[in-house]
Amino acid sequence: MSIYSVWGALEIGLIFGLVALGVLISFRILNFPDLTVDGSFPLGGATAAILIHHGMDPFLATACATLAAGLAGMVTGWLNVSLRIMDLLASILMMIALYSINLRVMDAPNVPLINDPTVFTVLQPEGLDDYVARPLILLALVVAVKLLLDWFFATQIGLAMRATGSNPRMARSQGIATGGMILLGMAISNALCGLAGALFAQSQGGADISMGIGTIVIGLAAVIVGESIMPSRRLVVATLAVVVGAVIYRFFIALALNADFIGLKAQDLNLVTAVLVTVALVIPLLKQRLRRKGA
Amino acid sequence: MLSARNLHVTFNAGTPIETRALRGMSLDIPAGQFVTVIGSNGAGKSTFLNAISGEQGVDEGAILLDGEDVTRQPVWTRARKVARVFQDPMAGTCENLTIEENMSLAFGRGQFRSLRSAVRAEMRDLFRERLAMLGLGLEGRLTDRIGLLSGGQRQAVSLLMAALRPSRILLLDEHTAALDPRTAQFVLELTARVVSEHRLTTMMVTHSMRQALDVGDRTVMLHQGRVVLDVQGEARRGLDVPDLLAMFERVRGETITDDTLLLG
Repeated sequence: MSIYSVWGALEIGLIFGLVALGVLISFRILNFPDLTVDGSFPLGGATAAILIHHGMDPFLATACATLAAGLAGMVTGWLNVSLRIMDLLASILMMIALYSINLRVMDAPNVPLINDPTVFTVLQPEGLDDYVARPLILLALVVAVKLLLDWFFATQIGLAMRATGSNPRMARSQGIATGGMILLGMAISNALCGLAGALFAQSQGGADISMGIGTIVIGLAAVIVGESIMPSRRLVVATLAVVVGAVIYRFFIALALNADFIGLKAQDLNLVTAVLVTVALVIPLLKQRLRRKGA
Repeated sequence: MLSARNLHVTFNAGTPIETRALRGMSLDIPAGQFVTVIGSNGAGKSTFLNAISGEQGVDEGAILLDGEDVTRQPVWTRARKVARVFQDPMAGTCENLTIEENMSLAFGRGQFRSLRSAVRAEMRDLFRERLAMLGLGLEGRLTDRIGLLSGGQRQAVSLLMAALRPSRILLLDEHTAALDPRTAQFVLELTARVVSEHRLTTMMVTHSMRQALDVGDRTVMLHQGRVVLDVQGEARRGLDVPDLLAMFERVRGETITDDTLLLG
């Protein structure tokens, strides 16, 4: 692995750290299996790219992208809460709808950002190469988001949201409007994925309609890898673990794709992802079986 | 005070498995009274309790708490006035959260929830003080996950949680039924203590006739979704389990006769 691909893996890993934090909120905290992510990640990318392309300030464009994705998450929540559609199905519906919406947003299958300013070009310090600056900027952002989430989930509203996911009946009996909490949580979760998509588009030189495929699997992989290397029930540990999980996962992918002797190519990425997630999911079962055999 | 007027609840209406759980159920509980509710399976005890809490909507009738009609209010709005302890010790607490976080959730019942820190120092002092009265040593385990506690301990904490904020009515849903006899006795004594200390208006559903007569000020028997027996004061003090059982049998017999008459 070259030094470029190490920084590159860190960069992409950190961006997917944001997705992992979003997935942590939906899957783990709200207990809401949410596939909207596959649509809200490219929605963030598409929105940011088209706005920057039309001359909007990249920070404002990124904020709009985050907001748009948050709104998409809220719609999934609304389908589930108000229209009583099963959570998984509601998110699949939203994911499919977003495919068309993303095409509309971009008015083309892709929007390149070649010479346009991005949050990275604006923030890049003098004398630092861009491939080093981008991961460092992302690191600062991801740490800030992690700390913000830690703070939020220790507030009264944040605790009410955790109770909603953990025991909705109890939450309601304590006066928590659980429906509202699901809407808010889904909005935050997808907003983070939209932010990740916006940053991904700006770091990779544009948005593409297919950029969202498999986002949820990568997010889940990060959560699962993170939980297995740093197992803890404490949320402050979990928010760190999933980000670390996302980076580690990305390094594995980079290694697999860079090791020529295996013969893998870039188009094998999703297959490698699926295999990695399967392995991560099966390990606990194998451990259990081994223990039983030993006993 | 609680006033339930002519409540009707029918499950699976219009199907072969139609069940009329409540059939004109009416009950008034004045402020400060502790009522125990008994009845056989299917008598409508749980449905009645769930109707008051808001988990079960009613087809007909009205529920008033301190004169305010809450019949159409959702569970979380009613929670301002209704405190509750569930039968299943797992149901009343969030097992992933710590003892102090669970208590903080209950401390927020009926309060506006903001972005203030959920567990603050002054709350911890209150929680410790309340937990100390259990004599279980839980006051030193505020940051332990509540899932680590036994069923009895969780039920005891649930009771304390229900009393952290004032309520118009405290609903206890066979809250000792899932516990072993010794723990059940402990939780029952704790219930009596908490209720009298905070002068809570209480409705306790129980399967045990012994419990129904031993605690509280008034006993109500339900049958086929209606009140069939309502004793308090002198009349209740003289009652023993066999008397209650006899009344229960007689009530059942009478309703059967009623049905026969209807069919005839």
